[in-house]
Formats: sequence, C-alpha cells, structure tokens
Amino acid sequence: MTPPLLEVRGLRTEYRAFGGTRVVRAGDDVSFTRERGPTIGRVGDSGCGKTTTCLSLVRLLPAGAQVTAGEVLLEGRDLTGLPDREMQQIRGREIAMILQDPMASLNPLFTVYDQVREPAYHHRAMRGAALRERVRSLLGSVRIPSPERRMKEYPHQMSGGMRQRIAGAIALSAAPKVIIADEPTTSLDVTIQAQYLDLLKGLQRDTGVGLVFVTHDLGIVAKRCDDVVVMYAGRAVESGPVRTIFERARHPYADALLRSVPTMGSKEPLFRIEGQPPDLADLPPGCSFAPRCPLVADRCLEQAPPTLEITPGHRADCWFAQGSGPVLDAVAPGGGAAHTNGSTST
Amino acid sequence: MSDALLQIEGLQKYYPVRKERLFGGSRGQVRAVDDVSFEIGRGETFGLVGESGCGKTTIAKLVLRIEPPTAGRILFEGLDVATLRGKALLAYRRNVQAVFQDPYGSLSPRLRVRDIVGEVLEIHTSMTRQQVTTRVHEVLELVGMRPEHARLFPHEFSGGQRQRIAIARALAADARLLVLDEAVSALDVSIRAQVITLLEELQRELGVSYLYIGHDLATVAHLSHRVGVMYLGRLCEVGESIEVSTAPQHPYTQALFASALPTKPGDQREPLAVVGEVPSALQLPTGCRFHPRCPHAMDRCSAVEPVLQPTSTSRRVSCHLMTAGSEVVGREPAAAR
Ligand SMILES: Nc1ncnc2c1ncn2[C@@H]1O[C@H](COP(=O)(O)OP(=O)(O)OP(=O)(O)O)[C@@H](O)[C@H]1O
Ligand SMILES: Nc1ncnc2c1ncn2[C@@H]1O[C@H](COP(=O)(O)OP(=O)(O)OP(=O)(O)O)[C@@H](O)[C@H]1O
Ligand SMILES: [Mg+2]
Ligand SMILES: [Mg+2]
Repeated sequence: MTPPLLEVRGLRTEYRAFGGTRVVRAGDDVSFTRERGPTIGRVGDSGCGKTTTCLSLVRLLPAGAQVTAGEVLLEGRDLTGLPDREMQQIRGREIAMILQDPMASLNPLFTVYDQVREPAYHHRAMRGAALRERVRSLLGSVRIPSPERRMKEYPHQMSGGMRQRIAGAIALSAAPKVIIADEPTTSLDVTIQAQYLDLLKGLQRDTGVGLVFVTHDLGIVAKRCDDVVVMYAGRAVESGPVRTIFERARHPYADALLRSVPTMGSKEPLFRIEGQPPDLADLPPGCSFAPRCPLVADRCLEQAPPTLEITPGHRADCWFAQGSGPVLDAVAPGGGAAHTNGSTST
Repeated sequence: MSDALLQIEGLQKYYPVRKERLFGGSRGQVRAVDDVSFEIGRGETFGLVGESGCGKTTIAKLVLRIEPPTAGRILFEGLDVATLRGKALLAYRRNVQAVFQDPYGSLSPRLRVRDIVGEVLEIHTSMTRQQVTTRVHEVLELVGMRPEHARLFPHEFSGGQRQRIAIARALAADARLLVLDEAVSALDVSIRAQVITLLEELQRELGVSYLYIGHDLATVAHLSHRVGVMYLGRLCEVGESIEVSTAPQHPYTQALFASALPTKPGDQREPLAVVGEVPSALQLPTGCRFHPRCPHAMDRCSAVEPVLQPTSTSRRVSCHLMTAGSEVVGREPAAAR
C-alpha cells in the first residue's frame, strides 16, 4: 500500500517567551491526512494556530518556537528529524508553502523575475529560454497583467493582490507535490480570487498536487474544498466533509462561525460570538470554548470534551456533539447567514 | 457640498516605470489613479471596490499624504490637504488615521504593542503615560485582544492579531476619518463581525467617517452607505450601496457583484463572470477601459471614453449604454442587436 501523500500525527508546537514563563501552545495535538485528490480546508479563529501548524510542517518556525511532539510524514518519510540541509532540498521541490505575509516570501531587492525563477532554476535545473517562458507563463496564470514587462519590476511596485499572487507563482515554480497555502487570497477581489483558486484546483486535477488551504473565508471552503478542519485555540474541534459541516455543524464554535457571515444586501446585525478567544499561554481548564459557548454546562468548565464521531468521518470535540442539525439551533433557531444564504438559489 | 468631510477632485497618480529598451526607450507610466472624484460626508462610510491593481490603495496613500498626487485635489473640511503645514498638518495627521492592507509592514518591529498603539496619543495629546496605557488597554480590548498583549512585540502575533493591533492604533486617537484598506481581510468571520459592529457603533456615537476599501463585497455592502466601483484607475459607478449591490448598472459592476463567491456548498453560482485577459494599467485600451471584456460593447465604446453621468439623483455611471438614455444593460447584449 502506498503511504498517504502527507500525514500529520499529533503535532504540537509551542512558543516560549519571557524566559519560558510565557508558553504559547499554538498547535496542540493536530492530526490530519492528506490523500492525493481532495483538498483540505482549515478554518479557525484568528490566532488559533493555523499558521504555526503550517510553518511546523515545512520547518520554517521562527526562533523561540519548537515542535514538541508528533510527526510529519511526506509519502511515509518523517520530516521532523531530517537535517536542515536535506529539508532545504525538500522545501520548494516537494512541499511548498505560500506564506500569509506575501512580503515574507518576497525579497525587495530582487526583481519579480529573479524570484519566480529561483525554484525552477535551483530544483528543476531549468535554464535559458525555457526558464524565461516558465516564469512568464506562471505570472500569466496567476493573472499578472503584462507579465513580460511586469517581471522586470520590484515588489514595491506591485499592488497588494499582485504581491500575493507572485508569492503563489514562486510556490508553484518548481512544481511541488504538496502546496500549503496560508490565506492565499486575503487581498484578492472575487474574480481574481476565483481564477486563482481555479488555477490551483486545475493543477491538482492535472498533476495530483496535494492542497492544504488555510483560510478564514468560508466561501472558499464551501466552494473549493472537500474536507474541512475547524480549529479553535490550537486544537482541531470539528472536522469532516464540507457539506456535512455546513449543514449540521456539531461543535458550537463551528456553528457560530457559519452564522457570522454577512449576507449580500442585508443590513441585519451580524451574529456575534460573545467574549474573546483565550490567550493560548493561559488556556482555561475543560473545554477552551466553554467561556463563550451558548450551550455551556458545568461539565464543560471542568472536563475537556472527548472527540466524538457523529457519522463516519465527521468528528467534533464537544459534550453535545451527538444529534442532528446545526448544534446552535437549540438556542438560535432558524440558522444564520451561511445556513440560509443561497439555499434557495439553484 | 458643504457638509462633506473629505472631497476628492480630479485625483490622478501616475507612476513612471523603468525605461524599456525594446520599446525605443520610451518611458512608460502606470496610470494607477486617473481623474477620480468623490466625497465622503460626516458620519458616512464610503466603500471602494474593484479588481486587484485598479488603484484603491493608491487613493488611500494620496489621502494620507504618503505620496503626492500627479494632479487633482483632496479637501478635508474644505482645506486643500496638499497645502497644510505646521499645526494644521499635525491636526490632519491626528484626524485621519489608517489601517493598511499589509498588517506586517505597517507595524514597527522594534516597538512594543503599547507604544505602537499609544504613539499617536503621545505625539498629539497631553495625556500622561499612565493615561495612555489605560487607553491602549481599552482599545486592545475593543478589538478582541488582551491588555497583557501590550507588552509584546508585533512578531509574536498571528496575521489577524497584527491587523487588530493596527485597527486599535487607528481607533486610539478618536480620529474623524478612518481609511481602512482591507482592514478586516485577515480576520476570521467572528472577529470580523465584532470589528464591523464596533465600527458601526463608533460611527453612531461619534460621527466618524470611513473610507472603506475591501474586496469582500458582502462586507462592503453591509458597512457602506455609498460605494464607488473602480476599474483600471477610474470610477465607473458611484451610488447608494444597497442600490449598487442589488441593482448594479455598469456592466463591470454587474459582473463584479455576480461573481461574489457563494457561502454554501452546492450553490451553483459560478464566480467567473468577468472574462477576458486581465487589463494592464501599462497599456490602457482605447475608449472605455472595460470594453475589451464587456459583453455589451458597441463601436462607440472602443473609440470614446465615457464619463461619469448621473442616472438618478443618487447614482453616477460611466457607460455609453446609460448615456444613450435607455436601460439596456442587463437585458440583452447591445452588440447582438
Ligand atoms: N513568534 C511568536 N512568539 C510567540 N508567540 C507567537 C509567535 N507567533 C505566533 N504566536 C502566537 O501563537 C498563536 C498562534 O499564531 P498563528 O500565527 O499560528 O495563528 P493563526 O491561526 O495563523 O491566526 P491568523 O488567522 O490570525 O493568522 C497566537 O496566539 C500568537 O500570538
Ligand atoms: N510605487 C509604485 N511604482 C510603480 N507602480 C506602482 C506603485 N505602486 C502601485 N503601482 C501600480 O499602480 C497600480 C495600482 O496599485 P494599487 O496598489 O493602488 O492597487 P489596488 O487597487 O490597491 O490593488 P489590490 O486590490 O491588489 O491591493 C498597480 O498596477 C500597481 O502595480
Ligand atoms: Mg495565520
Ligand atoms: Mg491595495
């Protein structure tokens, strides 16, 4: 049996600051499997550890951060123990990451051409006219206008959305097997966003590249992903097929998330989750979401909930996960924007 | 109009681009913003939308005086911003705050969050250190952060947290106008809903105005009173946000709003309404800038550039189909007749 393309087992990442007195648990026991084919979407609160988990996969963690448990298997090979030099070869060639901050992938001193060219030159030994054509076509496919002229310019001459797409072109340059895209479309308007996502999906169809999308945009998850992992406070709290979760989210945080999306043409107040997400350096006992949860019971404040399998492949970490329909219907019937919006259109 | 807080008149910004030997050494220009006019009233939110690279951030930079315009004027309470000096300029810098598109580059890496957020108070007010700290804690909590975050540095935060630090900084000084360039784009929906609700409350209570730039059309339509739709450096439609989002008139606006991603799986709406090559601000089409991609293009569209014309008391559209007097747009392609 061939091993899955990418498998993550019990990954735990921590940041230490103030001489170890402030320990931020940014990824706590995160596991998922990336088969060839479907696309995984990861959503969650700002600051819940999505970027950190991705950075630990490609070993680009900043100083002070550390993977303290778990393994990352790329086609069965554990990356966590590899020496840095080998990891450098794998990064870009086998597994590439589109960073959330496009400027972090771009060097202000080099032209766009030099930067998009680099992975293809280095990892795929492309040279001369073929290399130039590769760069031109990559820039064209991420919808940079006049690529031939624009590739001679520098990052500061690009608009926000262009930089983001150029960072994408760099990740695609050496045709890696896995692409981890951290909020790849935050600065893109809807049309370019759709074209860019289609490009990634098309690549996946043609080359079988594995895609992991980190996003807070539920529209992207709805339309472009097959499976979704919802994270809260460093943990995966609900996971399963996209459709199932949109129709009957069984973790209150996941359901609340779906209800806070604004609907086009509506001036209704938005659904709000009261309170703030916890500081990851100071997590409450019991369920991390309990202090904000509309369904909270005594037990939730004392005991961390188990992971319940509701239907095969659909899991949620909540004492109330068993049942049917969106879990918050008990307190806010009728559903929110995401549940009603578009349900009547074709 | 006299009750406008900010008036923008004929604004232009051209960026020179590198000499291109291939093209006989001619010096190219990116026409990032080209003859844009609109105004923002007191207590009003003006939304600015349009394709990536159409010039939205450039307008924000011009309003903030980060760059000088090539031509045109920006008036704040009737005063030409370009002529402000000394005290008047300081007051302007306090009254107009911004959240930039890039939450990483806009926070000084060497300052603690407390000093980043409190800076404007220390420069522009006579508050004591303690008062500033208290205010910093207050605004951090407003955007869903914690007081203890004040002692940390920007690199210790996630993308969305940095964006909230930038929002807190903009809120700290009780500005009159906030320029919000993709200010909530890195935020998850729950925090985003919280920040949007906060912005609406502040507007109701203090009458602050917003120039809100965003690509999330549902959010823009939700928050804005009026919106301007840009295409390749020009405004192609301006009007009440409800009207523009539910009954767009310019073919580009129609395509744009038709392309909003659905929020539910299985929804069949296909988001690829704007077809054709991405236009380049380096080589502008003749006539109407949108005509190469417009399903309704007529002969006149490739020859004559349309200007913004009122189509009702609250709406202006730059399209030959509208000035022809008939409401053909949206019914059948004019080219087919
Ligand atoms: N260098 C660092 N030192 C200390 N703590 C950090 C550091 N980088 C991130 N953190 C903390 O780790 C947590 C997770 O951050 P991460 O960037 O993974 O979040 P995220 O899920 O990607 O959020 P967002 O959606 O806002 O980008 C945050 O609470 C953040 O404050
Ligand atoms: N300093 C500069 N030098 C040369 N060209 C520039 C410069 N800054 C911006 N441009 C160009 O001006 C045009 C408009 O850029 P701007 O950043 O205003 O776009 P935008 O509408 O904000 O796009 P996005 O949605 O992608 O952020 C783009 O073609 C861009 O490449
Ligand atoms: Mg992140
Ligand atoms: Mg911009």
